[in-house]
Amino acid sequence: MSEYIEHDKDANSVGIVEKKLYTFAEPPGEMVLESGARLGPVTLAYETCGKLNADRGNAILVLHALSGDSHVAGYYKEDDEKPGWWDNMVGPGKGIDTNKYFVVCSNIIGSCMGSTGPCTINPKTVLPYGLDFPVVTIGDMVDAQKALMDHLGIKKILAVVGGSIGGMQVLEWCARYPKMVTAAIPLASTTRHSALTIAFNEVARQAIMADPKWNNGEYYFGPKPDLGLAVARMIGHITYLSDESMRHKFGRRLQDKSDFSFNFDADFQVESYLRYQGKKFVERFDANSFLYLTKAADYYDLEKQHGDGSEVKAFSKTSAKFLVVSFTSDWLYPTYQSRAMVKAMKKNGLDVSFCEIEAKWGHDAFLLSSERLFALIRGFLERVYNETRK
Amino acid sequence: MSTTKPENNKMRFDLQIIASWIEPGSRVIDLGCGEGDLLKFLIDHKGAIGNGIEHNESKVAHCIEKGLSVLQGDINEEVLDYPDNTFDYVIMSQTLQQVYEPDTLIRSMLRIGKKGIVSFPNFSHWGCRLQLLLSGYAPVTQQLPYEWYNTPNIRVITIKDFRKFIHEVGFNILKGVAINTHSENRYGKIIAVMPNLRATYGIFLIGNGTE
Repeated sequence: MSEYIEHDKDANSVGIVEKKLYTFAEPPGEMVLESGARLGPVTLAYETCGKLNADRGNAILVLHALSGDSHVAGYYKEDDEKPGWWDNMVGPGKGIDTNKYFVVCSNIIGSCMGSTGPCTINPKTVLPYGLDFPVVTIGDMVDAQKALMDHLGIKKILAVVGGSIGGMQVLEWCARYPKMVTAAIPLASTTRHSALTIAFNEVARQAIMADPKWNNGEYYFGPKPDLGLAVARMIGHITYLSDESMRHKFGRRLQDKSDFSFNFDADFQVESYLRYQGKKFVERFDANSFLYLTKAADYYDLEKQHGDGSEVKAFSKTSAKFLVVSFTSDWLYPTYQSRAMVKAMKKNGLDVSFCEIEAKWGHDAFLLSSERLFALIRGFLERVYNETRK
Repeated sequence: MSTTKPENNKMRFDLQIIASWIEPGSRVIDLGCGEGDLLKFLIDHKGAIGNGIEHNESKVAHCIEKGLSVLQGDINEEVLDYPDNTFDYVIMSQTLQQVYEPDTLIRSMLRIGKKGIVSFPNFSHWGCRLQLLLSGYAPVTQQLPYEWYNTPNIRVITIKDFRKFIHEVGFNILKGVAINTHSENRYGKIIAVMPNLRATYGIFLIGNGTE
């Protein structure tokens, strides 16, 4: 996903928030990963907004996508340039109303945003893990979040919400901890990547690994594979948009010039945009994390893991109420994938609502400020919350 | 027929009649639920567990905003996924005249639900008959307000035709009522005498057995 949040301190905001850390799985009680590898200690960065009710029944867990972090809403400091990544959705009176709900957003393991990942120091070698970091899965990410929920004393989550890879975590939560989840909102997501999505991820990974500075993942004390990571991000950005949105946003317009330069500078606006996005990304993201997280998403296969190959069976354990949302121009996680999960949910007699939102902004639409999406989420959450009070 | 009493004067009149037929606490699905008025009423006043299917994105969104469980899709496709007897009532109001394969859909309705409720505009109302007879043009009425070339209503149904059709597909009519009302009107009246000529809409409860 890309970064859309603009500075909007005048609007309703949760205000100042804090990045918190929770560390668990201290050796010898390491976390056993799906691959069988052991990882510990494990740290998760997380953020909370709103107040947990006395009966602990108003917790909403927000799950972020590939390049996101635990900073979901509000500001760390008064003079921060930008609020958290989903500040348009999470806040007082917003789609996810922090006056009503207690919102937790946890960073995923394997990330580089404060949680244990390949750039963390390996306690055994006292060096960054690099490629010694075990391959983690969406299931492992969810297991780590479960430990955090236990730590926060939340036994039942009112709703798990997330888009894209965050949506995969939503589905995995429902399959892995069915008794803990009352409602679930997977946005622009899928039960497994298509060949198209895996292909784009592979090209992005190749871009990183082909950069000589990547050095088999050992670059933490020298120059980083910035070029490779920037190209990886550029590929990502193309997949997050759509033909229509790129035509609308850039067309064939030139950047700061009236004619071609007849060399290989960025002539077109779209070239300049991608170069800028790539450059900005390397300042905040770790190349190895990109490899690990895209691999985890590509490996994810809900029906294989929880349904012996059947999508219907994969939803047989959960009793969660679902709101599934897709976007018309999303070609990375197209509507047919959302419809397939809706079908499987129906076959299990589950309570499911589904809406395909008209949007020209491609996969990124789920992050954009949209009254329609706010209203859908607000209405759905209100209903499931009221139903728990009956 | 005489036991039918309209339920609530805030809804379209045919929906008031339909609501009066639903037993409290039933599981209900509304095919083509629009903005969800009937569903909301059945949930709030009859303790029903309600679901809806609607094609139009903006109507689906309004339903979900109101706290209804509704999914966007084509009713002919969406009914296929539900297990047998998931619902007590499967409702299709003022949509039958737009369905491409009515027999297939009616069979699906009575597979996923114990009973079906269907309402439709009556094409043999005297107004339609007179227009065709006197003007020679295809009838355009308040209930069927389109020209032949832009109408979504691809089926021409009369109350008599519907009764015949239900028997031909092997089901029974458990209850039927004919009403006179304008399309979006909240008020109307039940027509007991010569309904096929005098009623603008027919509403039927259908099923496998007898009531």
